[in-house]
Amino acid sequence: MSFPWAQEYKPVNPLMRYLDERLPLPRFVYNAVGAGYPVPRNLNYMWNFGVLAGFALVMQIVTGIVLAMHYAANAGVAFDSVEHIMRDVNWGWMLRYGHANGASMFFIVIYIHIFRGFFYSSYKAPREMIWLLGVVIFLLVMATAFMGYVLPWGQMSFWGAKVITGLFSAIPFVGEPLQQWLLGGFAPDNAALNRFFSLHFLLPFVTLGVIILHVWALHIPGSSNPTGIEVKTESDTVPFHPYYTAKDGFGLGVFLIVYASLVFFAPNLLGHPDNYIPANPMSTPAHIVPEWYFWPFYAILRAFTYDFFIIPAKLMGVLAMFSAILVWFFLPWLDNGPVRSGHYRPLFRKFFYLLVIDVLVLGYCGGAPAAEPFVMISQIASMYYFLHFLVILPIVASIEKPQPLPFSITESVLGKDKSAVLRPEMSSTPATA
Amino acid sequence: MVRLFGPLVGLFFAVALFWSFGNGAYVAMTEEVPETAEEMFHKHPEEVAFSFDSAMGTFDKRQLQRGFQVYKEVCANCHSLKHVTFRDLAAIGYNEAEVKAIAKQWPSKAQTFDPKTGDRGERTNLPSDPFPAVYYAGQGVPPDLSLITKARHGGPQYVRSLLAGYAEQEGYKNEQGIELLKKFPDAKTPDGLYFNPYFANLNLAMPAPLVSDGQVTYSDGTSASVKQMSTDVSAFLAWTAEPKLDKRKQTGWAVLGFLLFATVLAYFAKRNVWSNVH
Repeated sequence: MSFPWAQEYKPVNPLMRYLDERLPLPRFVYNAVGAGYPVPRNLNYMWNFGVLAGFALVMQIVTGIVLAMHYAANAGVAFDSVEHIMRDVNWGWMLRYGHANGASMFFIVIYIHIFRGFFYSSYKAPREMIWLLGVVIFLLVMATAFMGYVLPWGQMSFWGAKVITGLFSAIPFVGEPLQQWLLGGFAPDNAALNRFFSLHFLLPFVTLGVIILHVWALHIPGSSNPTGIEVKTESDTVPFHPYYTAKDGFGLGVFLIVYASLVFFAPNLLGHPDNYIPANPMSTPAHIVPEWYFWPFYAILRAFTYDFFIIPAKLMGVLAMFSAILVWFFLPWLDNGPVRSGHYRPLFRKFFYLLVIDVLVLGYCGGAPAAEPFVMISQIASMYYFLHFLVILPIVASIEKPQPLPFSITESVLGKDKSAVLRPEMSSTPATA
Repeated sequence: MVRLFGPLVGLFFAVALFWSFGNGAYVAMTEEVPETAEEMFHKHPEEVAFSFDSAMGTFDKRQLQRGFQVYKEVCANCHSLKHVTFRDLAAIGYNEAEVKAIAKQWPSKAQTFDPKTGDRGERTNLPSDPFPAVYYAGQGVPPDLSLITKARHGGPQYVRSLLAGYAEQEGYKNEQGIELLKKFPDAKTPDGLYFNPYFANLNLAMPAPLVSDGQVTYSDGTSASVKQMSTDVSAFLAWTAEPKLDKRKQTGWAVLGFLLFATVLAYFAKRNVWSNVH
């Protein structure tokens, strides 16, 4: 699908014409990310991060495949094989630091992408499916990152695996057998390491598949935009290529500068020193913390310190931690007001910024030791987190009076839109295709 | 449905959290958190500048050689360095003959096993061998030092402070002037452990390895104070943990230079493409 004014692919070269008649792959690409895909002309740099996330995934797959050629997934030698990569493999240090920091960059980009979605309500109809697939991708990436962190088989790998799989033991009745089944033993050991490696290799390709669905679903209604109003006429759009390929190219350059600064000048900044100590089941680290990108959810997990009636605190924590992400699946129906963009929703906007601060606070508490005052702060912050999505957003959606929207995307960019005078009836008609 | 059950779920979590918060707040108000000796007397590493700290900084090979000498004469009696091979020493300025000699003269030997007879034996180390394992008969397990500066908060600064930071526990006062054994009489270091305020729980199994100035005689004439030896060996251990540091930074500047150039070009390309739209 596309808008009626989308440019059509017209191969000039006889070879491309030949190909187009038999396997129209170039046509597919042209319509997906080429001149055949009309995109709102007013996208700001917040719309860069989808492409950047895709790029980060490709980086992770490429560096990961080469690392897998040198890594040995066996509890006896895994730690040493990582050091072998760091010392003996040509440019192995760059691959490994690139992969470890690539995961961090991936999450930075994904979090900005998700919060872009929150602010501009990108999840609202007709784009619910894009959002739902996006949450699936986020869950897949989290699982992949967790299992990847186990592979170097350092102290944090081991104890992280123990804590996270231990969460399943909180489930009543089936918890303990389930944990043992997941680990293939009573504690993380060779069986767990091997299956984590296998799944760590598999899941990125599953993610890639879901990303294709995510982008496919995006191409049905087309990209959203900062005004949140739908495309009406050709003047509201520009072709993806060259306009957004050029804009994304600049964004990619900035992304790579940040990424390279981390890899080459502070490669261990975001890691934990304990993971340079080989896994030792007999010695528990003083503070077991996951990687920074899990800290907000880790804070929610640890915020439940007292049993709630018959529900043990640990089970409450596990339920809350998973719910904290699962609640995003219901977002399109929890926040169902007519206006999308936060720019025109003054009340919503205040709560959005509060949420950003709240998640940053949760992140800080999740990385801090489980002691006061961090526990009490994370309890308040977790409370706000759930109230924000489940109580505040529905109320805001029903009581808020949005500010007036511009007539069209063109008007929002140029200050005037000629078609506003010529075709006033368009203002109430959604874009058709 | 979602708008009906959603708020109920939200309130459920909020009430459960408030329950935890209330209980925690009650405990915090009624029970005093006892002070611990670790909290009051544990010291953070001293700030020391190393040549390789900054983004431009590289290893100082003379310092690494002095550090290696300290490792060889002091640390190597108990601590292994299994991720490093003798020939890696070429990177800190030893030539081939020197590396061969160091390997050959190394006191602990490479282990051999003859599969035909089942006999175990020893042979002289080759340059391609990693530093051999060290068997330690005393209390505790001396950790391998290959990665020690990356495996501790504070890195080489921490290692240096620890080595130079042993103190007499009798009469030890912290910066506020509180005397440890007066405040916590139970915190007396047990026999077989040694007091060091830079260690997380103040007592460690390693006796002070560097005890007197001039314990090692540096061939380059640097005066071997305890602080100097600690600094040098910490720098050496930073190199064993990250031998590719110099190459990494050098590559980084080339990569950043290229990326800055490409990004500036990309910016102007973007401006050019968009010039007819705005």
